[in-house]
This record gives sequence, C-alpha cells and structure tokens, in this order.
Amino acid sequence: MTTSPANEANEPHETPWSLWEVFVRSSRGLSHVHAGSLHAPDAAMALRNARDLYTRRNEGVSIWVVPADAISSSDPDSKGSFFESPQGKDYRHATYYTKSEGVKHL
Amino acid sequence: MTAPENETQDFAIEGHGDISVGVRGAGASGDGSASATRITPGNALRPEDIALEIRKGQVKPSDDVAEYALRIGDDGLILAQRLGHWISRAPELEEDVALGNIALDQLGHARSFLTYAGAAWDKSEDDLAYFRREHEFRSAHLFEQPNGDFAVTIARQFIVSYYQFELYKRLTGSTDATIAAIAAKALKEVDYHRDHSAQWVLRLAGGTEESRRRIVQAFKLVWPYVEELFEDDELTARLAESGAGVQPSSLRADFDQLTGAILSEAGLDEELNLERIPQSLGGGRQGKHSEHLGYLLAEMQVLAREHPGASW
Repeated sequence: MTTSPANEANEPHETPWSLWEVFVRSSRGLSHVHAGSLHAPDAAMALRNARDLYTRRNEGVSIWVVPADAISSSDPDSKGSFFESPQGKDYRHATYYTKSEGVKHL
Repeated sequence: MTAPENETQDFAIEGHGDISVGVRGAGASGDGSASATRITPGNALRPEDIALEIRKGQVKPSDDVAEYALRIGDDGLILAQRLGHWISRAPELEEDVALGNIALDQLGHARSFLTYAGAAWDKSEDDLAYFRREHEFRSAHLFEQPNGDFAVTIARQFIVSYYQFELYKRLTGSTDATIAAIAAKALKEVDYHRDHSAQWVLRLAGGTEESRRRIVQAFKLVWPYVEELFEDDELTARLAESGAGVQPSSLRADFDQLTGAILSEAGLDEELNLERIPQSLGGGRQGKHSEHLGYLLAEMQVLAREHPGASW
C-alpha cells in the first residue's frame, strides 16, 4: 500500500473517547443505581458499551448514560460543613416524637 | 424444549449452580437487597439442557437435521474462534468486551447446535469441535476469513449478523422443536450483533477519511463470500420441504434490503457497487475450505488433542 505525502499530513489525531457514567436499573420499581463508568465516542455507543460492560450477567432492565463532565459533585474536603450539620438533630426523624394517644394509622 | 419448571430438579447437577456467585431466584423480583450489580444466571435454553434431553432419549435429530445443525453450528464455532482473537487487542477496552460478548454468543449457539447434531452420531459437542478434521467442517468461507483490521472484522460481522438474523427468524418456526428453540434463543442475541455492527459501519464510513477508506476496503475483501451463504442444495431442499429448515436463497431478498438500507445510510452503496464484486467459489458446506481454516483449527484444537479428556 502506498502512502502519499497528503496522507502523512493527515495523521490520525488521537482524540480519546469521552467518559460516561452508567446507571443501571435492576428491575421494575427500583431506581437507577450508579454502576460505573466507561469510554465511548457518543451517547448511542455509550449505551451499547454500557449494555456490554454492565449488564452481561443479567443485572438490568434499563440503562442511563450521562457524560461524566455533566455531573457536579460535592467537594470531599467540605464533608464537615456539608454533611455533619444533620447529626444530632434527631427531631428531624419521625422516631423522635412520641405517639399521641388515640391517633390511628401511625 | 425444557419447560423452566422442570429444570429445578436438574439445576444442581446441570450447571446453573456452577456460577459461583449465582443466586438463582434471589433478587429477581425486586427485593430490598437488589442492586445494580446483582447477578442471576437467568433461565435460557443452554447446551446442557439439550444434552440432558438427549441422554433421556427425549430428542434425537434426523440425519438431515443433524447435518443441517452441523452447518449452522460450525459457522458459529469458527466465527467465535476468530472473534476471540480480538480479546485484549481491540482498539478500546469497551470494544474488547463487545467483541468478546459477540464471540461468546456465537460459541453458545454453536454449542447448542453441535450438541444437538452430535446426538445423531453419538458424539458430544467436544468430539465435534475438537476431533474433526478440516474437510469434515461444514462452515461457509466467510466465517473463517481472517480478522484483518477492525473494519474487516466489522464488515464480516455485519454480513454474518444480518444473514443469521434472517435464518434464525425463520428457524423459530422449524418443525424440529429443538432447532426452533435454539433459534429463538439465538435470535435476540443476533439482533444485537446486527445493531453493533451497523453502528460501526455508519461510524467508520462517516468518520475520518482513513476510517472510510478502511471500511470500503473491508467490504471489498469480505463481500465475495456472501453468495455462498445463500446457496441451496439437496439437503436444504429436503429440509425446506419438511419444514425443519429453510432454503438459504429465500433469505436473500430481506438480507439485501436491510443491509442495503444501512450501506446507503452510510453513503457506501455507490462507492462499493456490490453487484459488481465477483463471488468466490464457496464449497464450505461440502468441506472444501480456504487455506485459512487449517491454521484456525490447529490453534483451536491443539489443547484438546494434546490432552484428550482434560478438564479445567
């Protein structure tokens, strides 16, 4: 096979496939659960790759794929300010309250 | 076909239980512990079920049906061996798994067909896969064609999947209940193979100049082996007559229409001009193969022949 100079100028540029997050619903009535991530060139192929990677042992009935960069996540360093505040606030739980006399269906 | 209810008793002996993490039944109906990584073996027809029915004397193919099952099984077996070579070599990890899955699907179909065929001659699937010689294989030439680059593998898979889909779709109505059951199981898997290869044909054709050049070249390489898939002979005529099989030529119109639609969407039809690509002589169904099959069989069979009866 001959390579013309024009072809050499046209070197295949390495564009890595983008990252996608995969959510799988294991059966009707349950929510989609994050199963992992994968690389794919576009959404249609991401769905197919997800099917091949994450449902090959009968794990799911529905798949969502989301571009990884579309997900904003909480900062692991601000765990304290983000998640510690609810601790000790047991009045936010139903069990904190005593059941009133004569109230049905509780 | 084995009814799922009757399987319960044979479950432990017959192998569903071999899936070490398998929890048969558990989680199948949405219990609280179900998660995205829940694993169940499922309840599909497996080669072991067919072998059991054979042992119990419940099924036995006629000589014609066995010969027919051998052809279809050999197609799948040889292709599975070819595709398996991609594992760890595909362009991306994800594609590695995709091709591996397709290979395993093909191997599964082959195991079922060969198990059933073997019942006519008192042979196991392994006897047929590992201890036959080249001229005893009945696969068509397309299946033994070398993988080439990714585009060649995709072009070959594209033709195979559309052919197999039309074949299995019709075989679900076979008068032979076992053939019908294997075809029904295979049909859904092959449907996905069609989609996978069609997606890639579209992307390679519409990708870069280089990817387009390669997929065009790929189709020119593998298209000569299409005609053989659709050749009728005395065996298929008898089977079509009895309703157990189909005349391969009867699949051609649908195959042409569906592959034509994808190739036209990919804008490849004019450039390829498929009608003008000369066709190879074929002969695979009579055991006449290209130079490629011998090497493939040597690699596939060496372990079983070196250590007969070995298990792992």
